[in-house]
Amino acid sequence: MHEWALAEGVVNTATKIAEDEGLVEVTEVSVRIGELQQVEHEVFRFALEQLRTPIMKGAGFVLESIPARLKCRVCGEEWGFSTDALDEDVSEAIHFVPEMAHVYLKCPRCGSPDFEVSEGRGVWLSSVKGVRRDG
Amino acid sequence: MGDPRIGIIGRRLEGVKKIVAVSSGKGGVGKSVVATALALSLKEKGYRVGLLDLDFTSPSTHVILGVEGLFPEEDRGIIPPLAEGLRYMSITYYSLDKPAPLRGADVSDAIIELLAITRWGELDHLVIDMPPGIGDATLDIIRLVERLNFLVVTTPSRVALETIKKLLTLLRELEVPVTGVIENMVMKPSDSIHEQIELLGNNYLGYIPFDEELEGALGDIDGFMETKFAGALTTIASEVE
Repeated sequence: MHEWALAEGVVNTATKIAEDEGLVEVTEVSVRIGELQQVEHEVFRFALEQLRTPIMKGAGFVLESIPARLKCRVCGEEWGFSTDALDEDVSEAIHFVPEMAHVYLKCPRCGSPDFEVSEGRGVWLSSVKGVRRDG
Repeated sequence: MGDPRIGIIGRRLEGVKKIVAVSSGKGGVGKSVVATALALSLKEKGYRVGLLDLDFTSPSTHVILGVEGLFPEEDRGIIPPLAEGLRYMSITYYSLDKPAPLRGADVSDAIIELLAITRWGELDHLVIDMPPGIGDATLDIIRLVERLNFLVVTTPSRVALETIKKLLTLLRELEVPVTGVIENMVMKPSDSIHEQIELLGNNYLGYIPFDEELEGALGDIDGFMETKFAGALTTIASEVE
């Protein structure tokens, strides 16, 4: 599953941050998950649990879902993302590479594909909490 | 706090022995056919080879290879399918035949995403077909991929030469290794480009004569590899091994 690849990135990056910050134990890893990428939270959480490194053996994983906001660069229209009207193939393409939104989605007001994803694109590591070596 | 994709890219590429980015200063010099022929000639020599098309807004290697109906397998990431014996990755699996109008920041995000989720496995060579110029994709690949070598394509045109001078200067300033320069589409052989490349301190790897038969062989790999173009490229490819 693609979620495993993303989870591996989170675990790898969180472990490196913990080591760089001199943590002996990670207690909490928080991840923001953008709606656009349509990550399956249960699969993602399971992958995090399976992939966790020794330093984060007691860590909790906090997953925060961030709604996607799209803003047209041509007419300024802002709108949200919904998979309701999308074919399964299109949803899957955006799931793997969220920038494929520019291939398949258009501004609902002016029809332009020139929009920015102002919020809620993909997976982002927001915090790593833990216990320092010196207490 | 951090983009979790960046840290995993090195691990995705750790089974790849050599990575060559086929680049140019401008479009239209035959970069994609060189990248594809290079990958195929290395495969014919018995190497395990991958081909990554990073020209997201104008992908074309799928046309050269004649790829149809392929899609990556999903297994803790994505596994590039085999196309003509190459592990082949292209944005066209997802964009199909539709335009992908991506701005620079989107190109960067898409490159990072693909590098972070693609599991290449064990390869002797990964050939990357770069978009032309020194924009976002070139800067991203230099920033994100270790053990990278550039192979630069030009034509005899002074216009093309002027653009690769800037590319070669940038690569020197960033201390990125350059295997050398290939002169493509040569109609009247001369030493002009050869001399100027050596004056810049780079290796001139050789020239490829203009081949009128090449266009008709696109999409037909057996025919493609029998062209004079592919024959000349295969000789030059020994420099990349």
